[in-house]
Amino acid sequence: MNKIGLIVGREYLTRVRKKSFLITTIAVPLVMVGFYAVILMIAFKGSSDQQKIAVVDKAGIFSDSLFASSKKESIQYDLIKSADADAISTGYKDKGYDAVLQIPQLDIDNPTGIVIHSQSSLSLTTTSRIENMVDNVILDKRLQIQGIDPESYKKLNASVNIENTIDTKDGSKKSVAGVAYAVSFACGMLIYIMMIIYGAQVMRGVMEEKTNRIAEVVVSSVKPFQLMMGKILGIGAVGLTQFSIWIVLTVLAQAVVPLIFPELMQKMNSVSPEETTSMAATITQGISSLPLLKIGLSFMFYFIGGYLTYASLFAAVGSVVSEDQQEAQQLMFPILMPIILGFVIMMQAVNVPHSTLAIFGSIFPLTSPIVMMGRITYDIPVWQMATSMILLIACFLFFTWVTAKIYRTGILMYGKKPSWKEMLKWGFRKG
Amino acid sequence: MALLEVNNLVKQFATQKAVNDISFKIEAGSIFGLLGPNGAGKTTLLRMITGIFLPDSGSINFHGKPFNVLEDTIQIGYMPEERGLYKKMKIGEQAVYLARLKGLKSKDAEQRVKEWFTRLEMQSWWDKKVEDLSKGMQQKLQFVTTVAHNPSLIILDEPFSGLDPVNANLIEAEIFELAKNGATIIFSTHRMSQVDEICDHIVMINKGEKVLDGTVNDVKQQYKDNVFQLTASTVAENMMTSLFDVVDHKPDTLRYKLNKGVQSNDVLKYFIENGVQIDGFEEVMPTINDIFIKLVEGTANAREFTRTK
Repeated sequence: MNKIGLIVGREYLTRVRKKSFLITTIAVPLVMVGFYAVILMIAFKGSSDQQKIAVVDKAGIFSDSLFASSKKESIQYDLIKSADADAISTGYKDKGYDAVLQIPQLDIDNPTGIVIHSQSSLSLTTTSRIENMVDNVILDKRLQIQGIDPESYKKLNASVNIENTIDTKDGSKKSVAGVAYAVSFACGMLIYIMMIIYGAQVMRGVMEEKTNRIAEVVVSSVKPFQLMMGKILGIGAVGLTQFSIWIVLTVLAQAVVPLIFPELMQKMNSVSPEETTSMAATITQGISSLPLLKIGLSFMFYFIGGYLTYASLFAAVGSVVSEDQQEAQQLMFPILMPIILGFVIMMQAVNVPHSTLAIFGSIFPLTSPIVMMGRITYDIPVWQMATSMILLIACFLFFTWVTAKIYRTGILMYGKKPSWKEMLKWGFRKG
Repeated sequence: MALLEVNNLVKQFATQKAVNDISFKIEAGSIFGLLGPNGAGKTTLLRMITGIFLPDSGSINFHGKPFNVLEDTIQIGYMPEERGLYKKMKIGEQAVYLARLKGLKSKDAEQRVKEWFTRLEMQSWWDKKVEDLSKGMQQKLQFVTTVAHNPSLIILDEPFSGLDPVNANLIEAEIFELAKNGATIIFSTHRMSQVDEICDHIVMINKGEKVLDGTVNDVKQQYKDNVFQLTASTVAENMMTSLFDVVDHKPDTLRYKLNKGVQSNDVLKYFIENGVQIDGFEEVMPTINDIFIKLVEGTANAREFTRTK
């Protein structure tokens, strides 16, 4: 056992000391924060992207007063007097307009033939905003014809907001669907990415040892199983380290960003202070409504369980191929299949957490690490959780037992790639 | 007492018997040559002795007790034919790591490795990476990692391949030194000239079976052809005799093979009586290479070998 420790130490230290580890570990949260900053910038930048649209209204349903408030919004409308209508239709670009909205004589009950001219195609959001604006104007017109006051019509609109309260043993909590969804999805996604990245690292490590022929030197000192487990555990520890650093850095960065870009935050606050605070409050509330400890512990369990299960498979693949990358790709494919399947089921499970497929996916050990994390923010029956965990542990033990034998044979074999049949024979033979 | 005793080892792979019923003994402190053409089963045999493979049947006794993989690996140093080192790892660190894997404590490992580095003039390499070394330098490093934990049995598979003559002599001297200090050395090769110089005892295997076993001298005695060389100026008429067959005749030397029942003295007497002035006389011993080729010639595995000797 002491020797496994030595191997784990080497695998861990050589990776952690590499420059590339430092770079990815620091760059990833920086990129994330960068994205975050860019998104905020775009969201609050506004004015420079304002579009000016000329409105030629032959139906006479618009008025200047209607557009008075559009000066500061992302689309500025100008009502064109009928005298200038022909001039603007041909020369709107020269007059500083991005597009001309042509409203023909309209039958208010069946408004057709509304056209917008532009030099380049308008974005989907711009088009839908304009449609929305025209819709509202026509609605108002129709209300007037029916003799209904638009103001009182708006008051009739209920706009109900239903709050979901979850009853737990320690009292009821407010749930926020969006937050639960996001956390589930993020956890499942993380496990998915980590399993693939670190699994592939295990495979490459084993291939390196095999092609370097160091494997033969090492297995004359330790058992092949110790070498394999040492590598798997060492790389897993690297994964956990990297992950912890990311969490710490992300938390730090989020605290630091407002200090570096104070004007950004000011802008954010000045735009709609109530909205931001209420949004923040909603998110905090949403997060506090989640069983955080349970999520954290399950994440650790499923990350470790899933990683160990797949890493042993990746190690077996690495041990049977030689230098040929293409062979490795081919053999990796059957391993990636259940991981990808798990990801697909997880996407569905975050939406419908109690569907048969989601329940199956979260119990079946090859997909459970990903799918269970996708359901984790929802209430999962104890029996499902327990079955899933026990099966995952059993699956890990079984795979390690089989793959260790494949590894033991493969690591010292050179030349021809063995067939699946041969590999299975190695895996299940006695002794 | 024999340090290592191998009894009736058999190892079978899916298609063929790689090692078929091989037995031999190695005395402590001797240099033992394991010879055989490519594919004869040498590597498989060595892998069983190092505990990498388990034999299908047969037994290995080490220090008089059944070989125990877990306990005895620290006593064995194995340098495989295909050299293996971590390319990206620093040299000193790597040597210490491999010594620790054998079971040495961190401090001892470092001290031993440093001693060896000094001995082979490698101190300045400590912080370099393996990929920065030439092939011969890697070879030296590999040798150090094999012997650093002071094993009582050192197994060297083709230790001189890739070394220049200076470094080859250096390693050879170290091998003799290790043997003098009590280590037993198994030396696997298909370069026979080295065997003549280095080994005390040899075993030759071909196609998984032992074909020869004995000390270098015994083996040569056993396979000598009764060929003698005479340094003397002889003429063709001298050959008209039934005492010997001519192997090679030059004006000043004659190689001949004695016919059955004829003693060397008979031949010498014959020449003296014919008035031939004899300047030298010796028996021509076969080289290990000759014996080797004689034994494995004609078998499929050996063909490639005889061409490249």
